[in-house]
Amino acid sequence: MATEILMPALSPTMEEGTLAKWLVKEGDTVKAGDIMAEIETDKATMEFEAVDEGTIGKILIAEGTEGVKVNTPIAVLLEEGESAEDAASAPAAKAPEEKPADKPKSTPAAAKAPEAPKPDTSPDWPDGTEMQTMTVREALNSAMAEEMRRDDTVFVMGEEVAEYQGAYKITQNLLEEFGAKRVIDTPITEHGFAGIGVGASWGGLRPIVEFMTWNFAMQAIDQIINSAAKTLYMSGGQMGSPIVFRGTNGAAARVGAQHSQDYAAWYAQVPGLRVVQPYSAADAKGLLKTAIRDPNPVVFLENEILYGRSFEVPKIDDFTIPFGKARIWREGTDVTIVSFGIGMTYALEAAEKLAGDGISAEVIDLRTLRPMDTDTVIASVMKTNRCVTVEEGWPVASIGNHISSVLMQKAFDYLDAPVISCTGKDVPMPYAANLEKLALTSTQEVIDAVRQVTYR
Amino acid sequence: MVARKSTKKPNVSADDLKQYYRDMLLIRRFEEKAGQLYGMGLIGGFCHLYIGQEAVVVGLEAAAEDGDRRITTYRDHGHMLACGMDPKGVMAELTGREGGYSRGKGGSMHMFSTEKRFYGGHGIVGANVPLGAGLAFADKYLGNDRVTFTYFGDGAANQGQVYETFNMAALWSLPVIFVIENNQYAMGTSQQRSTSSPDIYHRGEAFGIPGEMVDGMDVLAVKEAGDKAVAHCRSGAGPYILEIKTYRYRGHSMSDPAKYRTREEVQKMRDEKDAIEHVRDLLISGGHATEEDLKAIDKDIKEVVNASAEFAKESPEPAIEELWTDIIADTAPQNA
Repeated sequence: MATEILMPALSPTMEEGTLAKWLVKEGDTVKAGDIMAEIETDKATMEFEAVDEGTIGKILIAEGTEGVKVNTPIAVLLEEGESAEDAASAPAAKAPEEKPADKPKSTPAAAKAPEAPKPDTSPDWPDGTEMQTMTVREALNSAMAEEMRRDDTVFVMGEEVAEYQGAYKITQNLLEEFGAKRVIDTPITEHGFAGIGVGASWGGLRPIVEFMTWNFAMQAIDQIINSAAKTLYMSGGQMGSPIVFRGTNGAAARVGAQHSQDYAAWYAQVPGLRVVQPYSAADAKGLLKTAIRDPNPVVFLENEILYGRSFEVPKIDDFTIPFGKARIWREGTDVTIVSFGIGMTYALEAAEKLAGDGISAEVIDLRTLRPMDTDTVIASVMKTNRCVTVEEGWPVASIGNHISSVLMQKAFDYLDAPVISCTGKDVPMPYAANLEKLALTSTQEVIDAVRQVTYR
Repeated sequence: MVARKSTKKPNVSADDLKQYYRDMLLIRRFEEKAGQLYGMGLIGGFCHLYIGQEAVVVGLEAAAEDGDRRITTYRDHGHMLACGMDPKGVMAELTGREGGYSRGKGGSMHMFSTEKRFYGGHGIVGANVPLGAGLAFADKYLGNDRVTFTYFGDGAANQGQVYETFNMAALWSLPVIFVIENNQYAMGTSQQRSTSSPDIYHRGEAFGIPGEMVDGMDVLAVKEAGDKAVAHCRSGAGPYILEIKTYRYRGHSMSDPAKYRTREEVQKMRDEKDAIEHVRDLLISGGHATEEDLKAIDKDIKEVVNASAEFAKESPEPAIEELWTDIIADTAPQNA
């Protein structure tokens, strides 16, 4: 049966084109792959090849014609044994039909009146649990050791994690207990070993990839985002990446601009990732164990200054903290201070000093940034009517900006003052001691912000 | 490059030879159909056709065993068909429909089948190389003797992470075959214009990785090289590099203006070195098949491809709820 050859779309954006030149004439035979015409698209002049074999029965659009719409019949192709008369009986071109756009099923959420959220306020451990004092470093180390004992497919790889015992001693003694097969020193090659880690997670293992610091993970960010975070979605749910990327994040002390960046807001933006930034030792332990068991890629942001801090950790055999559950460290009535990671140091100090002046601050540690427990923040602000956020990262498109936006949408009528975000300054981290101090946020800045929003 | 009229006797059975003919033809006809559907607006975005390179994947799949893994870049349709994925599911992914391998959410460049141990389909040039080494790392860790075919092009061969991976794959003796499909053009930049070291198979030597150059227009040569590489990797001797010289007849993607090479160059390759015509000649001249036998195969393939296109047109678009699924997994993956 004679078939119509249609004007092809030769680029993702082409709607019409110029039929610049015919390279075949009526009566010519063609086979698949033969070039039949040159077509000018919005991008370039392209060759148009035959897909089927046959004889050119009739040319419908003369060369030089401009503005030929995609899917317009441009010629008729005859099969073996057909004559030119059959060309007239070619079936009408079947251009794909436009479907009416699907209507959204529900009205936008913004149209509804805000409802008071019901956050999960259950305690992280039962009252009366025996506690022990532990540094954040010991907590992270014990979390990995426990999970490696529990599951043979868990292994650690990174720079200096084995024989050196960890650049920050987080992997201390793991080589001794688990051997070189499971505690693997890598060359200094972040992009490569991050990719190997993701591939290993697809191959049935549960890698923990340590970046000496998250600054160096910028060399690997493509593998974290394009390979680890997006594959579950791109594969229609077939392939997940159960991997933990962890290491120290943010400023330490006088290591300059390239070693002092806080990546919280960067990674928190990416769907497909879990993002954790713990403050206390108990959270470091409970959240790292959850991260290692999670079937998704987890970005686990630690802090060098917190590694040596001691906290009370519950003595529970298998202690985990769920993702997406904030912790209220201090209850209060006048203002809500929201922070995470090292920012909690300033938040808690400020709250203590403010209490002395009769201002009662409620302090919330987000703990996980994706998923983020905004319900706890909203419920708190509905009570205090004021909010200050605290983080060491840069101010533009920060976690604080996101929380402000959520509060505007979900608790606008409850706010008695604009939300203030205390952040690192909008500068690369300086080296000089005095300037570095100024570049970070501080307890005093948090106190000033609270006074501003409480008008006191 | 060696001409198609190689005098070498086939080292495989007539049945195998017929199977290679069939597998290569399926890829070519499938890709031609994909090009046609693209022209009709049924396939969108980027669409990179494999026409001309068919002998590479068909030869190497003939060297693979059950349980071996494969991973490639964005020019991936041929790899999927060669490892036994359903043409209907591949074509329906190209049209962005529910019946596609990724239920329409991945597209031409991002398809996967854990069942067939095909781990993508990756759109970032070079990124799949460490990923492939990682799959091999898992097999070595788990103590099995599987190998991973990690395909990439001459363009990707200039990415830094490829050499990071060579270093670690050699250091840890990973069972990975690095298959460099050298079609001589990185998009529109010819090899002469992009590297001072055009013999890519030599580039593993610094790491102690053996490599060889293979005529990618001769499926039998590819199969033979594949057997050797697989035996090397499976024995625990570490990675192996195959630089397979091939040629893509079509543009880099559907929107390639083809200004960087002459029409004569392309036509000469098609006329003189076509891999499918080569096997066709071997079958006929060896008395293994008649013109009629081959016509019957052609007809079968046409039906399979037409059925895949029909399926890809009829399959509905994904339900709008699909926008919000598969972002975060609730349960452990079944990847391995």
